[in-house]
Amino acid sequence: MAAVRFTLNGRPVAEERVPPTTTLLDYLRGTRRLTGTKEGCAEGDCGACTVAVARPDGGWQAVNSCLMLLPQVDGTAVVTVEGLAAADGTLHQVQQALVETDATQCGFCTPGFAMAMFAFQHGGEPAEDDRIHEALAGNLCRCTGYRPIVDACRRIAGIAPTTVPTAGIAPASETFGDDGHRFFAPSTLADLTALVERYPDAWLLGGGTDLGLAVTKQRQRPTVVISTSRVPELKRITVTDDALEFGGAVTYTEALPHLDAAFPSFAALVRRIGSRQIRNLGTLAGNLANASPIGDTPPCLMALDAEIVLRSATGQRRIPADRFITGYRQTALRPGEVIEAIRIPPLRAGQRFVAYKLSKRFDQDISAVVAAFRVTTKAGTLSDLRAFYGGMAATTARAAAVEAALTGQLWTSASLAGIDAAVARDFAPLDDQRATASYRLAAAANLLRRLVAETSDDPAPVRLEAL
Amino acid sequence: MNAPPPPPTGTARRGAHAAVRHDSAVGHVTGRAVYLDDMPLPPNTLEAALVLSTHPHARLRGIDLSAALAVPGVVAAITADDIPGRNDIGPILRDEPALAAGVAEYAGHPIAAVAADTLEAAREGAARVVVDYEPLPTVLTVEEALEHKLYVAPPQIMTRGDPDAALVAAPIRLSGEVRCGGQDHFYLEGQIAIAIPGEDRDMQVYSSTQHPTEVQHGVAHLLGLPFNQVTVEVRRMGGAFGGKESQATIIAGIAAVLAAKSGRPVKLRLARDDDMLATGKRHPFLIRYDVGIDAEGRILALDMMLAADAGNIADLTPPVVTRALCHVDNCYWLPHVRVTGLACKTHKVSNTAFRGFGGPQGMLAIEALVDDVARHLRLPADTVRARNFYGVGRNNVTPYGMTVEDNIIERVTGELARAVDLPGWRAAVDAFNAKSPVVKKGLATVPVKFGISFNLPTLNQAGALVHVYTDGSVHLNHGGTEMGQGLFVKVAQVVAEAFSIDVSMIRISATSTGKVPNTSATAASSGSDLNGMAALNAAQTIRGRMAEVMAERFAVPVEEIAFDDGRVFARNESLAFGELAQLCWSRRVSLSSTGFYRTPKIHWDAATCTGRPFFYFTYGAAAAEVAIDTLTGELRVLRAELLQDCGASLNPAIDLGQIEGAFVQGMGWLTSEELWWDPSGALRTHGPSTYKIPGSRDVPPVFNARLLADAPNREATVFRSKAVGEPPLMLALSVWLAIRDAVASVGPVGAKVELDAPATPTRVLAAVERIRVCEIL
Repeated sequence: MAAVRFTLNGRPVAEERVPPTTTLLDYLRGTRRLTGTKEGCAEGDCGACTVAVARPDGGWQAVNSCLMLLPQVDGTAVVTVEGLAAADGTLHQVQQALVETDATQCGFCTPGFAMAMFAFQHGGEPAEDDRIHEALAGNLCRCTGYRPIVDACRRIAGIAPTTVPTAGIAPASETFGDDGHRFFAPSTLADLTALVERYPDAWLLGGGTDLGLAVTKQRQRPTVVISTSRVPELKRITVTDDALEFGGAVTYTEALPHLDAAFPSFAALVRRIGSRQIRNLGTLAGNLANASPIGDTPPCLMALDAEIVLRSATGQRRIPADRFITGYRQTALRPGEVIEAIRIPPLRAGQRFVAYKLSKRFDQDISAVVAAFRVTTKAGTLSDLRAFYGGMAATTARAAAVEAALTGQLWTSASLAGIDAAVARDFAPLDDQRATASYRLAAAANLLRRLVAETSDDPAPVRLEAL
Repeated sequence: MNAPPPPPTGTARRGAHAAVRHDSAVGHVTGRAVYLDDMPLPPNTLEAALVLSTHPHARLRGIDLSAALAVPGVVAAITADDIPGRNDIGPILRDEPALAAGVAEYAGHPIAAVAADTLEAAREGAARVVVDYEPLPTVLTVEEALEHKLYVAPPQIMTRGDPDAALVAAPIRLSGEVRCGGQDHFYLEGQIAIAIPGEDRDMQVYSSTQHPTEVQHGVAHLLGLPFNQVTVEVRRMGGAFGGKESQATIIAGIAAVLAAKSGRPVKLRLARDDDMLATGKRHPFLIRYDVGIDAEGRILALDMMLAADAGNIADLTPPVVTRALCHVDNCYWLPHVRVTGLACKTHKVSNTAFRGFGGPQGMLAIEALVDDVARHLRLPADTVRARNFYGVGRNNVTPYGMTVEDNIIERVTGELARAVDLPGWRAAVDAFNAKSPVVKKGLATVPVKFGISFNLPTLNQAGALVHVYTDGSVHLNHGGTEMGQGLFVKVAQVVAEAFSIDVSMIRISATSTGKVPNTSATAASSGSDLNGMAALNAAQTIRGRMAEVMAERFAVPVEEIAFDDGRVFARNESLAFGELAQLCWSRRVSLSSTGFYRTPKIHWDAATCTGRPFFYFTYGAAAAEVAIDTLTGELRVLRAELLQDCGASLNPAIDLGQIEGAFVQGMGWLTSEELWWDPSGALRTHGPSTYKIPGSRDVPPVFNARLLADAPNREATVFRSKAVGEPPLMLALSVWLAIRDAVASVGPVGAKVELDAPATPTRVLAAVERIRVCEIL
């Protein structure tokens, strides 16, 4: 067992005594008495706990410290709001900008915003509203109405950031904790599969953006946690003629540039999953393995006919994405297996891919309905349709009646006459806090109307986000 | 179009009317501003957790704490039976319990609490408390409560003229029904309190509260102590919005009982889910109306019911309903009117104060009505509004009998309309809609008139305590609390103005019941009106004494002494402010004073719902443009233009922040923020993952908020300023009305829009589908 080593506001830290299921937030506020970082929700949705983390191979990223287990920062540099100002007290540019724009009222969210802006500034992004909102989507403010915060963000965009030291990142360890609670961070695929076989009840941790909730909300204390995030084979992204392949530990943030190039509609949807804080940690494979009925990526992967590569100590097998989820929060993963990769075949001639997400709030909301379609047309006729929905059933589900009703028809709105009935044959959704059943049915059918308008020769209606 | 703040006009460099920055801004951005959870505490401090009812209505046959007490680290566990004094923290009515006694009345009702060496152990202990529930029949909706006439307080009826006869006589009669949802405060800092036992059963309480005096009273009741043994202090809150007015007392009270029981300091900080489940929110309202109008849209008679979902107890519901009744008129003359306010009892969390305090719901009611009238008559809504505005010198008495003496609504709406070219804007929206079959835009305006003062005259008082030290630095304390709204810096500016010194000379200190007693809540937008005047009173007392010393020292008449820019002048002689303070001390003249203020002119008769409850009105107007997707019900707010009357603003920078923040908060109430209870009575939206307040992208990309220029308060408020905390929230009604306008664009002209609030995608799509098949007779 080894100490968790990292730098904290520029100073090296080796922490041996803290249980490995301690969250980074509790560690900062409790053990270190760095109380600038706040707990607002302990579920990764308000951003008050935001800190910046840099891995040896990357730049500063904003993360939710409430969802991270302390060993996840091993081998990184961590900066909190206390580490921003210079030693002489001179404010960092993001702090100065927030002060000058009158962007603080109660101030409780402010440290989190400062850290999100710090990461944004280090990313070198332009002062475009869309980028700023993307960077701030993980931070809630209840006082200001955001206008001054956005103004502050505009001020610091594109300015060379004040240096904050990242030096002294310690070498990584692979095992943490004590006999009661262990945290493994293996560095080879063979070690990972051996551990998973040895500890079949262990938590397999990708980014921890969902499992972290079991710690903070349900007070679970797993005896063994195995992290996938250090396995090089699982961090690979491979682009070939026959597939775009994401390793099982690839985060949303890492996947996004490739999705932008290959499937822009998928990428646009991924940008609405959680926030940057979440996407910097969360993985595509985790979203799939979670098997939530309202997961946003499973419908996309299924509509794209992706293949899931599963690996165990004894070998590898591949199954289609649409057979991976077997029930409510159930998957085809066998004991000892991990998701090694997700392989997405490219679109062929005549194919289009479109995904939609419906929620009460545009950013960082859980879908009421999510839909993904791969449309194959030939001479104005629909030759093939793969249509998958989330939020309509206990699992991500295929709209078989919709596919059957439309396949072979002319791909125009005139073919949609019976679409509401087809959707109603496919799904019997529930009323819940996100939407009513009747809304889900109506909207699911209307998304097909929008789909046809956007992928046929019909005039495409404007989208709200384009206004 | 954001107007730059006007230059300081006070004689002091940064006194009244200056755009001084929030006093804690640097503390906020560095993380050095200390909130309760950040305070260093004695090493023997316990952490605590609540046990919440899982049933909406159940007899508590037994509460078994033994498993909780067996958890390593758990030190104490309590139920209502462990309360040494009276189980009463009701802000208005008596015997509203801190811990459920015998019966739990909502899912989330605190029924026990556990204190332990660590938070983890406390929460583990709380999870192990075994409660034996005997489920009882539940009432979960306002409709059920109305049917059974279940109220937490008697109905309030406000009547003027003969509404029944006038309705019969009216040429046109319309009726309607509309609902608005509740709203969680979602202060970023959750409810928290620290109770530290002292000598002789004294209890020192640090509470994130807007109302330290009420916490003091609640803790004293629970512990069976006189008020002088309980001291409550708060330096700042991480947001409150009304949610820490009465609700903070629950948390502080339970912490104090645990502290008394264990003899150790106790911190009770609620997890976000517990906070949202256990504490009250904005009241949902069901509104029904019957209105008589003429063909030009003039309202001749109105009979309206406002039924508030009070939840399980009264808490602050009676005055919330009163304020709703007092704002049904908004800016409109209602010659014959009856408004019935009902406080419906349901087995849900007791609703409470929330920015606007019933005003937003009352105003939503009349604005929905005006919208219905305008569509029915096929008139522009602004035309109908203008025809119903209160007059000047005529048609200017509210339904509760108060004459509107300071009416500037036509000025405010006129200035806004001219600034934004409303006709051109409307034409652009119509042109867009003509070409866009799926996405539809809507445009609407709203005028706002909001009454300032607590409805109950007694509450309109405040105290302050000012010390001048011999170096000229000033210690300021008053009964108001700082929740982010900038009250502390505003009151400091007032004191700086009084002494003609820079605001940096004033040290703002934590609110404490030990320094200023018997205070009112910092609420009803009244913080700077009341506490600013009290502090001014204290400062003027000291200034008067200092002036006399100066006059004596230089042998000039006291009326010739002038305080200016950090110095005090006696003809050609002058002393620095600090030098004069030193001189006063050496001549044994007191440099400390309390100050007091009570609002003049106000009175209220609760039995008849008549009087002059408000010292003055504040006015505002807004215009908003939205777009909806008629396939999915999604919406975006594209543009908002706001104009708010702040009188002669005490601090234009702070006020601008209040206007913008209130508007966005109101927008959330009316659009994305939905509280959803499942059929069993459990709230399923109890964290930010399920309860969606606006994010930065939801703020309209074109968003201009302006302060009305050259509009000093005609009443003698502190430096002729006006209150600002709540009124701009109601400007967000423009967004909801614009959504209705967008929905109307897909229906036949003259069709009624049936859309409740919040306008979630579910409701917008349903409204679109209804109006599409609507037939106009």
